[in-house]
Amino acid sequence: MKILVPIKRVIDYNVKARVKADKSDIDLANVKMAMNPFCEIAVEEAIRIKEAGNATEVVVVSIGDKACHEQLRTALALGADRAIHIDTDQKLDSLHIAKLLNKLVEQENPELVILGKQSIDSDNNQTGQMLAALSKRPQGTFASEVVISEGKVNVTREVDGGLQTVSLSLPAIVTTDLRLNEPRYASLPNIMKAKRKPLETVAADSFGVDLSPRFELLQVEEPAQRQGGVIVDDVAQLVEKLKNEAKVIS
Amino acid sequence: MKSLVIAEHENAILKPETSKTIHAALKVGHSVDVLVVGDGVSALAQQVAAIAGVNRVLLADNSVYAHQLAENTADLVVSLASDYSHIFAAATTTGKNTLPRVAALLDKSQLSEIIDVVDADTFKRPIYAGNGIATVKSLEDVKVITVRASAFELQGEQAPCEIQAVDAVIESNNSAFVSISQTESVRPELTAAPVIISGGRGMQNGENFALLEGIADKLGAAIGASRAAVDAGFVPNDMQVGQTGKIVAPDLYIAVGISGAIQHLAGMKDSKVIVAINKDPDAPIFQVADYGLVADLFEVLPALEQAL
Repeated sequence: MKILVPIKRVIDYNVKARVKADKSDIDLANVKMAMNPFCEIAVEEAIRIKEAGNATEVVVVSIGDKACHEQLRTALALGADRAIHIDTDQKLDSLHIAKLLNKLVEQENPELVILGKQSIDSDNNQTGQMLAALSKRPQGTFASEVVISEGKVNVTREVDGGLQTVSLSLPAIVTTDLRLNEPRYASLPNIMKAKRKPLETVAADSFGVDLSPRFELLQVEEPAQRQGGVIVDDVAQLVEKLKNEAKVIS
Repeated sequence: MKSLVIAEHENAILKPETSKTIHAALKVGHSVDVLVVGDGVSALAQQVAAIAGVNRVLLADNSVYAHQLAENTADLVVSLASDYSHIFAAATTTGKNTLPRVAALLDKSQLSEIIDVVDADTFKRPIYAGNGIATVKSLEDVKVITVRASAFELQGEQAPCEIQAVDAVIESNNSAFVSISQTESVRPELTAAPVIISGGRGMQNGENFALLEGIADKLGAAIGASRAAVDAGFVPNDMQVGQTGKIVAPDLYIAVGISGAIQHLAGMKDSKVIVAINKDPDAPIFQVADYGLVADLFEVLPALEQAL
Protein backbone atom coordinates (compact mmCIF):
# COMPACT_ATOMS: atom_id res chain seq x y z
CA MET A 1 0.00 0.00 0.00
CA LYS A 2 1.15 3.49 -0.85
CA ILE A 3 0.41 6.46 1.42
CA LEU A 4 0.47 10.05 0.21
CA VAL A 5 1.00 12.78 2.81
CA PRO A 6 0.52 16.41 1.78
CA ILE A 7 2.44 18.81 4.04
CA LYS A 8 2.47 22.59 4.35
CA ARG A 9 5.15 25.11 5.21
CA VAL A 10 3.69 27.60 7.67
CA ILE A 11 4.76 30.12 10.30
CA ASP A 12 6.24 28.34 13.33
CA TYR A 13 3.42 27.80 15.83
CA ASN A 14 5.36 29.49 18.63
CA VAL A 15 5.67 32.74 16.70
CA LYS A 16 3.02 35.39 17.28
CA ALA A 17 1.82 36.50 13.85
CA ARG A 18 1.92 40.25 13.24
CA VAL A 19 -0.24 42.22 10.86
CA LYS A 20 1.61 44.35 8.26
CA ALA A 21 1.44 48.09 8.82
CA ASP A 22 -0.51 48.59 5.57
CA LYS A 23 -3.04 45.93 6.69
CA SER A 24 -2.55 43.98 3.46
CA ASP A 25 -1.72 40.68 5.15
CA ILE A 26 0.26 39.00 7.92
CA ASP A 27 3.95 39.93 7.85
CA LEU A 28 5.99 36.81 7.06
CA ALA A 29 9.29 38.54 6.27
CA ASN A 30 12.10 37.06 8.39
CA VAL A 31 9.68 34.91 10.36
CA LYS A 32 10.65 31.39 11.37
CA MET A 33 8.79 28.83 9.26
CA ALA A 34 8.17 25.15 9.97
CA MET A 35 6.06 22.17 9.01
CA ASN A 36 2.42 22.66 10.06
CA PRO A 37 2.00 20.73 13.35
CA PHE A 38 -0.96 18.70 12.06
CA CYS A 39 1.10 17.71 8.99
CA GLU A 40 3.87 16.43 11.29
CA ILE A 41 1.27 14.16 12.87
CA ALA A 42 0.17 12.99 9.41
CA VAL A 43 3.77 12.15 8.42
CA GLU A 44 4.30 10.31 11.72
CA GLU A 45 1.14 8.25 11.26
CA ALA A 46 2.10 7.27 7.71
CA ILE A 47 5.53 6.16 8.90
CA ARG A 48 4.04 4.18 11.78
CA ILE A 49 1.69 2.41 9.34
CA LYS A 50 4.70 1.57 7.18
CA GLU A 51 6.70 0.36 10.20
CA ALA A 52 3.78 -1.88 11.18
CA GLY A 53 4.08 -3.55 7.77
CA ASN A 54 0.83 -2.11 6.39
CA ALA A 55 2.41 0.19 3.81
CA THR A 56 5.23 -0.14 1.31
CA GLU A 57 5.86 3.48 0.42
CA VAL A 58 5.27 6.92 1.97
CA VAL A 59 5.26 9.82 -0.50
CA VAL A 60 5.18 13.40 0.77
CA VAL A 61 4.05 16.36 -1.29
CA SER A 62 4.10 20.10 -0.70
CA ILE A 63 2.70 22.91 -2.82
CA GLY A 64 4.38 26.31 -2.82
CA ASP A 65 7.63 28.00 -3.74
CA LYS A 66 11.06 26.39 -3.53
CA ALA A 67 11.35 27.12 0.20
CA CYS A 68 9.05 24.19 0.97
CA HIS A 69 11.92 21.82 -0.01
CA GLU A 70 13.06 22.38 3.59
CA GLN A 71 9.85 20.83 4.98
CA LEU A 72 9.92 18.03 2.40
CA ARG A 73 13.50 17.18 3.45
CA THR A 74 12.34 17.17 7.07
CA ALA A 75 9.62 14.66 6.19
CA LEU A 76 12.18 12.52 4.33
CA ALA A 77 14.42 12.61 7.39
CA LEU A 78 11.50 11.43 9.51
CA GLY A 79 11.09 8.37 7.27
CA ALA A 80 9.18 9.28 4.10
CA ASP A 81 10.55 7.51 0.98
CA ARG A 82 10.30 10.24 -1.63
CA ALA A 83 9.02 13.76 -2.05
CA ILE A 84 7.16 15.74 -4.68
CA HIS A 85 7.26 19.52 -4.80
CA ILE A 86 4.46 21.19 -6.78
CA ASP A 87 6.03 24.50 -7.64
CA THR A 88 4.06 27.75 -7.64
CA ASP A 89 4.56 31.31 -6.40
CA GLN A 90 0.83 31.95 -6.33
CA LYS A 91 -1.20 32.14 -3.16
CA LEU A 92 -3.72 29.33 -3.50
CA ASP A 93 -7.09 28.57 -1.90
CA SER A 94 -7.90 25.21 -0.33
CA LEU A 95 -9.94 24.29 -3.42
CA HIS A 96 -6.92 24.85 -5.70
CA ILE A 97 -4.73 22.77 -3.41
CA ALA A 98 -7.35 20.00 -3.31
CA LYS A 99 -7.58 20.01 -7.10
CA LEU A 100 -3.80 19.79 -7.53
CA LEU A 101 -3.65 17.00 -4.95
CA ASN A 102 -6.48 15.22 -6.72
CA LYS A 103 -4.44 15.21 -9.96
CA LEU A 104 -1.55 13.77 -8.02
CA VAL A 105 -3.85 11.14 -6.47
CA GLU A 106 -4.92 10.15 -9.99
CA GLN A 107 -1.25 9.76 -11.00
CA GLU A 108 0.09 8.09 -7.90
CA ASN A 109 -3.06 6.23 -6.87
CA PRO A 110 -2.28 5.94 -3.14
CA GLU A 111 -4.64 3.77 -1.09
CA LEU A 112 -4.48 6.26 1.75
CA VAL A 113 -3.96 10.02 1.83
CA ILE A 114 -3.28 11.46 5.29
CA LEU A 115 -3.47 15.22 5.77
CA GLY A 116 -3.46 17.49 8.80
CA LYS A 117 -6.94 18.65 9.84
CA GLN A 118 -6.03 22.31 9.37
CA SER A 119 -3.07 24.56 8.75
CA ILE A 120 -2.36 26.97 11.56
CA ASP A 121 -2.00 29.94 9.19
CA SER A 122 -5.25 30.07 7.24
CA ASP A 123 -7.11 27.93 9.84
CA ASN A 124 -9.44 26.71 7.07
CA ASN A 125 -9.88 23.01 7.82
CA GLN A 126 -11.03 22.26 4.25
CA THR A 127 -8.39 20.60 2.07
CA GLY A 128 -8.82 16.97 3.17
CA GLN A 129 -12.61 17.08 2.88
CA MET A 130 -12.36 18.76 -0.54
CA LEU A 131 -9.84 16.20 -1.77
CA ALA A 132 -12.16 13.42 -0.58
CA ALA A 133 -15.02 14.96 -2.56
CA LEU A 134 -12.97 15.45 -5.73
CA SER A 135 -11.41 11.99 -5.61
CA LYS A 136 -14.81 10.44 -4.70
CA ARG A 137 -13.22 8.79 -1.67
CA PRO A 138 -14.66 8.48 1.83
CA GLN A 139 -13.22 10.73 4.54
CA GLY A 140 -12.18 10.19 8.14
CA THR A 141 -11.61 13.68 9.52
CA PHE A 142 -10.11 14.71 12.88
CA ALA A 143 -8.66 11.25 13.45
CA SER A 144 -7.39 10.26 16.88
CA GLU A 145 -6.95 6.58 15.91
CA VAL A 146 -6.41 4.88 12.55
CA VAL A 147 -6.65 1.09 12.23
CA ILE A 148 -6.11 -0.62 8.88
CA SER A 149 -7.45 -4.10 8.19
CA GLU A 150 -8.63 -6.04 5.16
CA GLY A 151 -9.26 -3.30 2.66
CA LYS A 152 -10.79 -0.98 5.23
CA VAL A 153 -9.61 1.72 7.56
CA ASN A 154 -11.38 2.34 10.85
CA VAL A 155 -11.02 5.94 11.94
CA THR A 156 -11.89 7.17 15.42
CA ARG A 157 -12.81 10.82 15.08
CA GLU A 158 -12.72 13.59 17.67
CA VAL A 159 -16.23 15.06 17.50
CA ASP A 160 -17.78 17.73 19.73
CA GLY A 161 -19.53 15.34 22.12
CA GLY A 162 -16.81 12.68 22.35
CA LEU A 163 -15.38 10.10 19.93
CA GLN A 164 -17.01 8.63 16.83
CA THR A 165 -15.66 5.63 14.91
CA VAL A 166 -16.35 5.18 11.21
CA SER A 167 -15.29 2.40 8.86
CA LEU A 168 -14.09 3.50 5.42
CA SER A 169 -13.37 1.40 2.35
CA LEU A 170 -9.90 1.95 0.95
CA PRO A 171 -8.88 4.06 -0.88
CA ALA A 172 -9.73 6.75 1.64
CA ILE A 173 -8.75 10.20 2.93
CA VAL A 174 -7.85 10.77 6.60
CA THR A 175 -7.15 14.05 8.38
CA THR A 176 -5.26 14.08 11.66
CA ASP A 177 -6.17 15.58 14.99
CA LEU A 178 -3.59 16.48 17.62
CA ARG A 179 -3.89 13.35 19.70
CA LEU A 180 -3.40 10.82 16.90
CA ASN A 181 0.26 10.44 17.84
CA GLU A 182 3.36 12.21 19.08
CA PRO A 183 5.66 12.97 16.14
CA ARG A 184 9.27 11.81 16.39
CA TYR A 185 12.33 13.98 15.90
CA ALA A 186 14.67 13.55 12.96
CA SER A 187 18.08 12.16 13.94
CA LEU A 188 21.23 13.65 12.46
CA PRO A 189 22.13 10.52 10.43
CA ASN A 190 18.59 10.48 9.03
CA ILE A 191 18.82 14.18 8.15
CA MET A 192 22.01 13.39 6.21
CA LYS A 193 20.39 10.39 4.50
CA ALA A 194 17.34 12.46 3.58
CA LYS A 195 19.52 14.65 1.36
CA ARG A 196 19.97 11.69 -0.99
CA LYS A 197 16.32 10.66 -1.14
CA PRO A 198 14.42 11.55 -4.33
CA LEU A 199 12.74 14.97 -4.46
CA GLU A 200 10.98 15.72 -7.71
CA THR A 201 9.71 19.19 -8.67
CA VAL A 202 6.77 19.67 -11.00
CA ALA A 203 5.25 22.98 -12.06
CA ALA A 204 1.73 23.59 -10.74
CA ASP A 205 0.75 24.83 -14.21
CA SER A 206 1.50 21.43 -15.72
CA PHE A 207 -1.53 19.87 -14.00
CA GLY A 208 -4.07 21.79 -16.08
CA VAL A 209 -5.92 23.09 -13.03
CA ASP A 210 -7.55 26.54 -13.12
CA LEU A 211 -5.74 28.41 -10.36
CA SER A 212 -7.43 31.78 -10.77
CA PRO A 213 -8.33 33.31 -7.39
CA ARG A 214 -11.78 32.71 -5.94
CA PHE A 215 -11.33 35.24 -3.13
CA GLU A 216 -10.09 38.76 -2.73
CA LEU A 217 -8.33 39.51 0.55
CA LEU A 218 -9.45 43.08 1.22
CA GLN A 219 -7.55 43.63 4.44
CA VAL A 220 -6.14 42.05 7.57
CA GLU A 221 -6.62 43.88 10.86
CA GLU A 222 -5.25 43.37 14.33
CA PRO A 223 -7.86 41.75 16.55
CA ALA A 224 -9.48 44.10 19.05
CA GLN A 225 -7.08 44.57 21.94
CA ARG A 226 -8.43 43.85 25.39
CA GLN A 227 -8.47 46.62 27.94
CA GLY A 228 -5.67 46.34 30.46
CA GLY A 229 -6.80 44.38 33.49
CA VAL A 230 -6.15 44.72 37.18
CA ILE A 231 -4.41 42.45 39.61
CA VAL A 232 -6.53 41.82 42.68
CA ASP A 233 -5.12 41.11 46.13
CA ASP A 234 -7.21 38.19 47.24
CA VAL A 235 -10.27 36.04 46.65
CA ALA A 236 -12.59 38.41 48.52
CA GLN A 237 -11.63 41.30 46.29
CA LEU A 238 -11.98 39.14 43.17
CA VAL A 239 -15.50 38.07 44.09
CA GLU A 240 -16.43 41.65 45.00
CA LYS A 241 -15.21 42.93 41.60
CA LEU A 242 -16.99 40.18 39.67
CA LYS A 243 -20.23 40.94 41.49
CA ASN A 244 -20.20 44.72 41.57
CA GLU A 245 -17.85 45.92 38.84
CA ALA A 246 -18.07 43.33 36.06
CA LYS A 247 -21.53 42.17 37.19
CA VAL A 248 -21.00 38.70 35.73
CA ILE A 249 -21.96 36.83 38.89
CA SER A 250 -24.71 37.50 41.39
CA MET B 1 -31.69 34.98 -3.73
CA LYS B 2 -32.04 32.56 -0.84
CA SER B 3 -29.78 31.15 1.84
CA LEU B 4 -29.71 27.61 3.19
CA VAL B 5 -28.63 26.81 6.75
CA ILE B 6 -27.86 23.24 7.77
CA ALA B 7 -29.23 22.67 11.29
CA GLU B 8 -26.79 21.54 13.98
CA HIS B 9 -28.06 18.85 16.31
CA GLU B 10 -26.87 15.84 18.23
CA ASN B 11 -29.08 12.82 18.85
CA ALA B 12 -32.09 14.85 17.77
CA ILE B 13 -31.38 17.57 20.35
CA LEU B 14 -31.20 20.97 18.73
CA LYS B 15 -27.95 22.82 19.47
CA PRO B 16 -27.78 26.58 20.07
CA GLU B 17 -25.31 26.83 17.15
CA THR B 18 -28.28 26.42 14.77
CA SER B 19 -29.99 29.58 15.98
CA LYS B 20 -26.73 31.53 15.91
CA THR B 21 -25.94 30.34 12.38
CA ILE B 22 -29.43 31.48 11.32
CA HIS B 23 -28.58 34.90 12.79
CA ALA B 24 -25.46 35.05 10.61
CA ALA B 25 -27.43 33.97 7.53
CA LEU B 26 -30.11 36.63 8.13
CA LYS B 27 -27.39 39.30 8.19
CA VAL B 28 -26.80 38.56 4.49
CA GLY B 29 -30.34 39.84 3.87
CA HIS B 30 -31.80 36.92 1.93
CA SER B 31 -34.67 34.67 2.95
CA VAL B 32 -33.40 31.72 5.00
CA ASP B 33 -34.37 28.06 4.63
CA VAL B 34 -33.06 25.53 7.15
CA LEU B 35 -32.25 21.92 6.30
CA VAL B 36 -32.71 19.41 9.13
CA VAL B 37 -30.91 16.14 8.37
CA GLY B 38 -31.06 13.11 10.64
CA ASP B 39 -33.03 10.12 11.84
CA GLY B 40 -36.14 10.76 13.95
CA VAL B 41 -35.77 14.53 13.74
CA SER B 42 -39.32 15.66 12.92
CA ALA B 43 -39.83 17.18 16.38
CA LEU B 44 -36.56 19.00 15.93
CA ALA B 45 -37.77 20.42 12.60
CA GLN B 46 -40.74 21.90 14.47
CA GLN B 47 -38.40 23.60 16.91
CA VAL B 48 -36.40 25.02 14.02
CA ALA B 49 -39.58 26.25 12.32
CA ALA B 50 -40.24 28.40 15.39
CA ILE B 51 -36.87 30.19 15.28
CA ALA B 52 -37.37 33.83 14.28
CA GLY B 53 -36.47 34.56 10.67
CA VAL B 54 -36.75 31.04 9.27
CA ASN B 55 -38.74 31.05 6.02
CA ARG B 56 -39.06 27.31 5.46
CA VAL B 57 -37.69 24.10 6.98
CA LEU B 58 -36.56 21.24 4.76
CA LEU B 59 -36.74 17.95 6.60
CA ALA B 60 -34.65 14.97 5.48
CA ASP B 61 -35.61 12.36 8.06
CA ASN B 62 -34.25 8.93 7.25
CA SER B 63 -32.22 6.23 8.95
CA VAL B 64 -29.40 6.69 6.40
CA TYR B 65 -28.80 10.14 7.92
CA ALA B 66 -28.64 8.84 11.50
CA HIS B 67 -25.01 9.77 12.11
CA GLN B 68 -24.79 12.62 9.60
CA LEU B 69 -21.91 11.00 7.73
CA ALA B 70 -20.29 13.61 5.49
CA GLU B 71 -20.54 11.43 2.39
CA ASN B 72 -24.35 11.19 2.62
CA THR B 73 -25.12 14.66 3.94
CA ALA B 74 -22.87 16.42 1.43
CA ASP B 75 -24.55 14.72 -1.54
CA LEU B 76 -27.96 15.60 -0.09
CA VAL B 77 -27.02 19.27 0.31
CA VAL B 78 -25.61 19.37 -3.22
CA SER B 79 -28.90 17.97 -4.56
CA LEU B 80 -30.71 20.94 -2.98
CA ALA B 81 -28.08 23.59 -3.71
CA SER B 82 -29.34 24.95 -7.04
CA ASP B 83 -31.93 27.14 -5.27
CA TYR B 84 -29.43 28.92 -3.06
CA SER B 85 -26.78 31.64 -3.30
CA HIS B 86 -25.45 31.03 0.23
CA ILE B 87 -25.04 27.77 2.13
CA PHE B 88 -24.22 27.98 5.83
CA ALA B 89 -23.33 25.52 8.56
CA ALA B 90 -22.04 26.06 12.08
CA ALA B 91 -18.26 25.56 12.45
CA THR B 92 -18.77 22.53 14.69
CA THR B 93 -17.08 19.21 14.00
CA THR B 94 -20.17 18.19 11.99
CA GLY B 95 -20.25 21.37 9.92
CA LYS B 96 -16.49 21.34 9.38
CA ASN B 97 -16.65 17.73 8.27
CA THR B 98 -19.45 18.16 5.75
CA LEU B 99 -19.35 21.64 4.29
CA PRO B 100 -15.94 21.60 2.53
CA ARG B 101 -17.11 18.39 0.84
CA VAL B 102 -20.23 20.26 -0.34
CA ALA B 103 -18.09 23.17 -1.56
CA ALA B 104 -15.74 20.98 -3.60
CA LEU B 105 -18.65 19.04 -5.15
CA LEU B 106 -20.11 22.39 -6.22
CA ASP B 107 -16.66 23.54 -7.42
CA LYS B 108 -16.75 26.50 -5.01
CA SER B 109 -14.22 27.77 -2.52
CA GLN B 110 -15.35 27.92 1.10
CA LEU B 111 -15.09 30.56 3.81
CA SER B 112 -14.44 28.99 7.21
CA GLU B 113 -15.46 30.29 10.63
CA ILE B 114 -16.78 33.73 9.70
CA ILE B 115 -17.21 36.08 12.66
CA ASP B 116 -18.99 38.92 10.84
CA VAL B 117 -21.04 39.61 7.71
CA VAL B 118 -19.98 42.80 5.91
CA ASP B 119 -22.28 42.30 2.91
CA ALA B 120 -23.60 39.40 0.83
CA ASP B 121 -20.13 38.78 -0.68
CA THR B 122 -17.80 40.00 2.07
CA PHE B 123 -17.09 38.41 5.41
CA LYS B 124 -14.64 38.65 8.29
CA ARG B 125 -12.79 35.64 9.63
CA PRO B 126 -9.88 35.11 12.01
CA ILE B 127 -6.59 33.75 10.67
CA TYR B 128 -3.28 32.77 12.32
CA ALA B 129 -4.96 31.57 15.53
CA GLY B 130 -6.95 34.79 15.78
CA ASN B 131 -3.90 37.06 15.53
CA GLY B 132 -5.32 38.62 12.36
CA ILE B 133 -8.88 39.35 11.27
CA ALA B 134 -9.18 39.00 7.51
CA THR B 135 -11.88 40.75 5.48
CA VAL B 136 -12.46 38.48 2.52
CA LYS B 137 -14.62 39.02 -0.57
CA SER B 138 -15.81 35.86 -2.24
CA LEU B 139 -15.86 35.91 -6.04
CA GLU B 140 -18.02 32.75 -6.17
CA ASP B 141 -21.65 32.84 -7.32
CA VAL B 142 -22.52 30.40 -4.53
CA LYS B 143 -21.00 31.14 -1.15
CA VAL B 144 -20.30 28.15 1.06
CA ILE B 145 -19.64 29.31 4.61
CA THR B 146 -19.09 27.94 8.10
CA VAL B 147 -20.01 30.22 10.99
CA ARG B 148 -18.24 30.67 14.32
CA ALA B 149 -21.38 30.51 16.44
CA SER B 150 -19.85 32.33 19.44
CA ALA B 151 -19.66 35.51 17.31
CA PHE B 152 -23.43 35.62 16.67
CA GLU B 153 -26.60 35.91 18.78
CA LEU B 154 -29.42 33.52 19.51
CA GLN B 155 -32.58 34.29 17.50
CA GLY B 156 -35.94 34.77 19.18
CA GLU B 157 -39.13 32.88 18.38
CA GLN B 158 -41.78 33.14 15.69
CA ALA B 159 -45.04 31.44 14.68
CA PRO B 160 -43.83 28.20 13.08
CA CYS B 161 -43.15 28.32 9.34
CA GLU B 162 -43.79 25.62 6.74
CA ILE B 163 -41.97 22.29 6.99
CA GLN B 164 -41.32 20.52 3.71
CA ALA B 165 -40.17 16.91 3.54
CA VAL B 166 -37.13 16.06 1.41
CA ASP B 167 -37.47 12.53 0.10
CA ALA B 168 -33.97 12.05 -1.30
CA VAL B 169 -32.28 9.06 0.31
CA ILE B 170 -28.55 9.11 -0.31
CA GLU B 171 -26.36 6.44 1.17
CA SER B 172 -22.68 6.08 0.47
CA ASN B 173 -21.38 2.53 0.12
CA ASN B 174 -17.81 3.33 1.09
CA SER B 175 -18.28 4.66 4.61
CA ALA B 176 -20.20 3.32 7.59
CA PHE B 177 -20.81 4.33 11.18
CA VAL B 178 -19.28 1.95 13.74
CA SER B 179 -19.71 3.46 17.20
CA ILE B 180 -19.81 6.61 19.28
CA SER B 181 -18.60 7.17 22.83
CA GLN B 182 -20.03 10.30 24.31
CA THR B 183 -18.49 12.13 27.20
CA GLU B 184 -21.06 12.17 29.99
CA SER B 185 -21.65 15.52 31.58
CA VAL B 186 -24.37 17.08 33.68
CA ARG B 187 -22.96 20.55 33.17
CA PRO B 188 -23.82 23.00 30.40
CA GLU B 189 -22.07 22.44 27.13
CA LEU B 190 -18.79 24.31 26.76
CA THR B 191 -19.71 26.21 23.62
CA ALA B 192 -23.04 27.38 25.08
CA ALA B 193 -22.13 27.95 28.74
CA PRO B 194 -22.42 31.51 30.13
CA VAL B 195 -19.56 30.81 32.56
CA ILE B 196 -16.54 28.57 32.02
CA ILE B 197 -13.86 27.59 34.50
CA SER B 198 -10.82 25.96 32.89
CA GLY B 199 -7.83 24.19 34.34
CA GLY B 200 -4.36 23.86 32.88
CA ARG B 201 -1.13 22.08 33.63
CA GLY B 202 -1.02 23.83 36.99
CA MET B 203 -3.83 21.55 38.19
CA GLN B 204 -1.10 18.86 38.43
CA ASN B 205 -3.44 15.88 37.98
CA GLY B 206 -6.94 14.81 36.98
CA GLU B 207 -8.17 14.42 40.57
CA ASN B 208 -7.50 18.08 41.27
CA PHE B 209 -10.03 19.05 38.60
CA ALA B 210 -12.57 18.16 41.32
CA LEU B 211 -11.54 21.47 42.92
CA LEU B 212 -13.20 23.22 39.97
CA GLU B 213 -16.47 21.32 40.31
CA GLY B 214 -17.80 23.02 43.43
CA ILE B 215 -17.17 26.41 41.88
CA ALA B 216 -18.71 25.31 38.57
CA ASP B 217 -21.80 24.09 40.45
CA LYS B 218 -22.25 27.43 42.20
CA LEU B 219 -21.80 29.43 38.99
CA GLY B 220 -23.69 27.07 36.65
CA ALA B 221 -20.43 26.88 34.73
CA ALA B 222 -18.97 24.41 32.26
CA ILE B 223 -15.49 23.03 32.94
CA GLY B 224 -12.83 23.41 30.27
CA ALA B 225 -9.14 22.66 29.97
CA SER B 226 -6.01 23.74 28.17
CA ARG B 227 -4.23 21.46 25.73
CA ALA B 228 -1.50 20.89 28.30
CA ALA B 229 -4.06 19.45 30.73
CA VAL B 230 -5.54 17.24 28.01
CA ASP B 231 -2.17 16.03 26.75
CA ALA B 232 -1.11 15.22 30.30
CA GLY B 233 -4.18 12.98 30.52
CA PHE B 234 -5.90 14.98 33.29
CA VAL B 235 -9.19 15.27 31.37
CA PRO B 236 -10.72 14.07 28.06
CA ASN B 237 -9.91 16.08 24.96
CA ASP B 238 -13.43 17.29 24.25
CA MET B 239 -12.92 19.65 27.20
CA GLN B 240 -10.11 21.42 25.36
CA VAL B 241 -10.49 25.13 24.69
CA GLY B 242 -8.23 26.57 22.00
CA GLN B 243 -7.32 26.79 18.33
CA THR B 244 -7.51 23.03 17.99
CA GLY B 245 -10.29 22.49 20.52
CA LYS B 246 -13.42 24.51 21.12
CA ILE B 247 -13.79 28.24 20.53
CA VAL B 248 -15.81 29.81 23.33
CA ALA B 249 -16.98 33.31 24.23
CA PRO B 250 -18.81 33.13 27.57
CA ASP B 251 -19.69 36.07 29.82
CA LEU B 252 -17.07 34.93 32.32
CA TYR B 253 -14.00 32.76 31.69
CA ILE B 254 -11.91 31.72 34.66
CA ALA B 255 -8.46 30.34 33.72
CA VAL B 256 -6.84 28.40 36.54
CA GLY B 257 -3.23 27.28 36.27
CA ILE B 258 -3.17 28.13 32.56
CA SER B 259 -0.15 30.07 31.26
CA GLY B 260 -1.98 31.47 28.23
CA ALA B 261 -0.23 30.06 25.15
CA ILE B 262 -1.25 31.49 21.76
CA GLN B 263 -3.32 28.40 20.91
CA HIS B 264 -5.31 28.61 24.15
CA LEU B 265 -5.96 32.34 23.81
CA ALA B 266 -7.27 31.70 20.28
CA GLY B 267 -10.10 29.74 21.86
CA MET B 268 -11.23 32.11 24.61
CA LYS B 269 -10.00 35.67 24.15
CA ASP B 270 -13.42 36.89 22.98
CA SER B 271 -14.91 36.10 26.39
CA LYS B 272 -16.57 39.16 27.95
CA VAL B 273 -14.69 38.97 31.25
CA ILE B 274 -11.54 36.91 31.80
CA VAL B 275 -10.19 35.99 35.23
CA ALA B 276 -6.74 34.44 35.57
CA ILE B 277 -5.52 32.59 38.64
CA ASN B 278 -1.85 31.73 38.36
CA LYS B 279 1.13 31.79 40.69
CA ASP B 280 3.46 33.03 37.95
CA PRO B 281 3.04 36.83 37.69
CA ASP B 282 4.72 36.76 34.25
CA ALA B 283 2.27 34.26 32.74
CA PRO B 284 0.96 35.66 29.41
CA ILE B 285 -2.62 34.98 30.53
CA PHE B 286 -2.45 38.10 32.71
CA GLN B 287 -2.08 40.25 29.56
CA VAL B 288 -5.63 39.37 28.47
CA ALA B 289 -7.20 38.95 31.91
CA ASP B 290 -9.56 41.60 33.23
CA TYR B 291 -8.91 40.40 36.76
CA GLY B 292 -5.77 38.58 37.74
CA LEU B 293 -4.95 36.88 41.01
CA VAL B 294 -1.32 35.90 41.55
CA ALA B 295 -1.56 33.05 44.01
CA ASP B 296 -1.40 29.31 44.49
CA LEU B 297 -4.53 27.80 42.96
CA PHE B 298 -4.70 25.14 45.67
CA GLU B 299 -5.29 27.88 48.24
CA VAL B 300 -7.46 30.05 46.02
CA LEU B 301 -9.93 27.47 44.72
CA PRO B 302 -11.35 26.34 48.09
CA ALA B 303 -11.53 29.96 49.24
CA LEU B 304 -13.30 30.97 46.03
CA GLU B 305 -15.83 28.17 46.40
CA GLN B 306 -16.57 29.35 49.94
CA ALA B 307 -16.88 32.98 48.94
CA LEU B 308 -19.46 32.32 46.21
